Amino acid sequence: MNSSALIHAVVDGVLTGSVYALMATGLTLIFGVMDIINLAQGILVILGAYLSYTLSVHFGVDLFVGLVFTIPILFVVGIVIERLFVARLKGPERTAMSILVTYAVSLVIEGILNEVYSVNQVQLQAWYVDRSFPIFGVYLPYIYLLGFILAASMLGALYFMLYRTRFGASIRASLSDQTSAALVGIDTKRVATICFGIGVAVTAAGGMIYGATNAFNASSSYDLISRLLTIIVLGGMGSLGGALVAGIMMVLLQDIVAVVWSPVWSSMTFFVVLVIVLSLRPQGLFGKLSARVA
Amino acid sequence: MKKYGNLWRTLGVTSVAASTVLMLANSSGAVAKSHALAPIKIGISLSLSGDFSADGTAFDQGYNLWAADVNAHGGLLGHKVVLDVVSDASSPTQVVTNYQKLVTNDHVALTFGPFSSLLSLPAAKIDARYGYAMIEGAGGAPSVFQQGLHNLFDVSLPVKDDLLPFAQWISALPASKRPTTAAYVTTNDAFTQPQIPVAQNIMHAAGIKTVYNSVFPSETTDYTPIADAVAAAKAQVVVLGSVDVPTVSSFMQAFEQAHYTPKVFIATGGPDQGTQFTKAVGLGNANGMMVPNAWYGGATTPGSKAMVAEYVKKYGGTAATVSADVAEAYSVGQIAAQAVKATGGFNNAKIIKYLHSGVVLTSVQGPVKFDALGENNQATAFTFQWQGSNFVQVNPVSSAASKPVLFPKPAWKS
Repeated sequence: MNSSALIHAVVDGVLTGSVYALMATGLTLIFGVMDIINLAQGILVILGAYLSYTLSVHFGVDLFVGLVFTIPILFVVGIVIERLFVARLKGPERTAMSILVTYAVSLVIEGILNEVYSVNQVQLQAWYVDRSFPIFGVYLPYIYLLGFILAASMLGALYFMLYRTRFGASIRASLSDQTSAALVGIDTKRVATICFGIGVAVTAAGGMIYGATNAFNASSSYDLISRLLTIIVLGGMGSLGGALVAGIMMVLLQDIVAVVWSPVWSSMTFFVVLVIVLSLRPQGLFGKLSARVA
Repeated sequence: MKKYGNLWRTLGVTSVAASTVLMLANSSGAVAKSHALAPIKIGISLSLSGDFSADGTAFDQGYNLWAADVNAHGGLLGHKVVLDVVSDASSPTQVVTNYQKLVTNDHVALTFGPFSSLLSLPAAKIDARYGYAMIEGAGGAPSVFQQGLHNLFDVSLPVKDDLLPFAQWISALPASKRPTTAAYVTTNDAFTQPQIPVAQNIMHAAGIKTVYNSVFPSETTDYTPIADAVAAAKAQVVVLGSVDVPTVSSFMQAFEQAHYTPKVFIATGGPDQGTQFTKAVGLGNANGMMVPNAWYGGATTPGSKAMVAEYVKKYGGTAATVSADVAEAYSVGQIAAQAVKATGGFNNAKIIKYLHSGVVLTSVQGPVKFDALGENNQATAFTFQWQGSNFVQVNPVSSAASKPVLFPKPAWKS
């Protein structure tokens, strides 16, 4: 084993893991507030990547500058999906039904993306996508560092909103107990709609970084959603902090095992850890059995 | 009244019976009359979404080009060809359902293969159950033929031989120029894995030391740590067992970020995908990338240039950007057409017998002759390389059509 490869694996694992954490945060926020499992999160990440692609290729907009447009667009997309499909789900089967409904939504979006962009894989291009700089004997790719800064900034902003704003208090109240939150006058429906929008909006940033580090097409969403679901299960459904820890843990563990041992065992090792964690803590690392909290 | 009632009933029954007989006579006559010109359906399951969607789409284009050509020339034995294409989403489970449906529900006359060895094998098993021939163009892994399916025919090159000319070329380089170290890394796929040991053995015998050798799961999405490990090993030759563009582009990106350019970089799949590849990695970085295959857009095999011209007219691009998948699918249609013509119909048992007879057939990929296992033992392996914006044949060196290899590979140039 080469020590520089190991250092690379650790650095890449932390930097890439934070981006997955950002994407998973949206998923877990939606579940935490609404009891909705949004299977469309993967394809919405890809939609975010394609929007960045369109702005970059057709309008010459830098990938990071493009987020000024793509984040609000995906926020609106999230609101529309919530209003048209998710808000209509009622009753005790709501969570189970949400899996079917959001899967249907993802299939529709996948079909549209295939029609508009074709099934050919594309990758986002910018000067910082392929370049790197030396630090402590290893080359650190600019895109991973920028992706990490972006993810950390957005997660920081999300935490600020949750813990330092009045609306954040409403969200946290809804996360803890929707009925009680409604009783104290919180418009839980409005909170849910906006949370869904925020949960989808973060996919714009995640999608841009994903599209800059991977060739993708609409079908890439299947790999993504399986990873994101794994992250929020490990971190604890509804736990934002859990998504962050689990996202970094998943990629870091897989990367280290791939280098130290063999790529064959990287995924399996992670899932062994997942099974062990869930057997000891069925609610995940930071989830709670009785109530969902941030 | 009862008497008249019986009379009316008798007349009614008689008239209905007579009408029915007349209608049947007319309709059967119509069927018999139009049978000679009735379209025939060919059933195909293709990966129009999922992991193989890019290849599946290229196959769809190849099949459609062939069908358009055949129909423009009067169809198959006078029957217009209609393709009954269903999507399998790159799933081995769905492909089984699809062929079951095509045969038992859609009653197609013939079936053509899906994309990949992964899907061709289960599809061929369904066809075997119903006595259908499975003529396919992308199921060349040894594991496909090891099943001993009598109805399976792969018109393309058996994959285990893909890297032969490449390994022979690199081993024959003068000792002063020959690379001394190599890394072998492959996804655990039936298409890629059989190719690696063949090349590794030849290169090892030529004194090229293996400094990295690894298999990674097909579900891997983050290739960075593996690519970084290859870069850290500083191998002069990288042999990558890949099936698609994202895998190759991820390795290329990680190599560039690690400031590592191997002298030779060959990938078993991905660089042959024309514009899909160059769009993903950029023409500058594609320069020098190699890939084994049996066909390319500049091939001079009979019918190839005409097919490429039709492709460019219909789908755009240039000859260099036509995916080899298109030719593989087109070849399937050509072989099926020759079998139908030779047997005088669409009887699958006769077609299977004919294809096993040792007859040499022609396709845009070159001659086709099936051995007992259904492998095309006439196919020739080539190595292709991106040189600027051109995709050119470079191996075997003995071939007059081969251009000099761009060696060593130029540095990355985004």
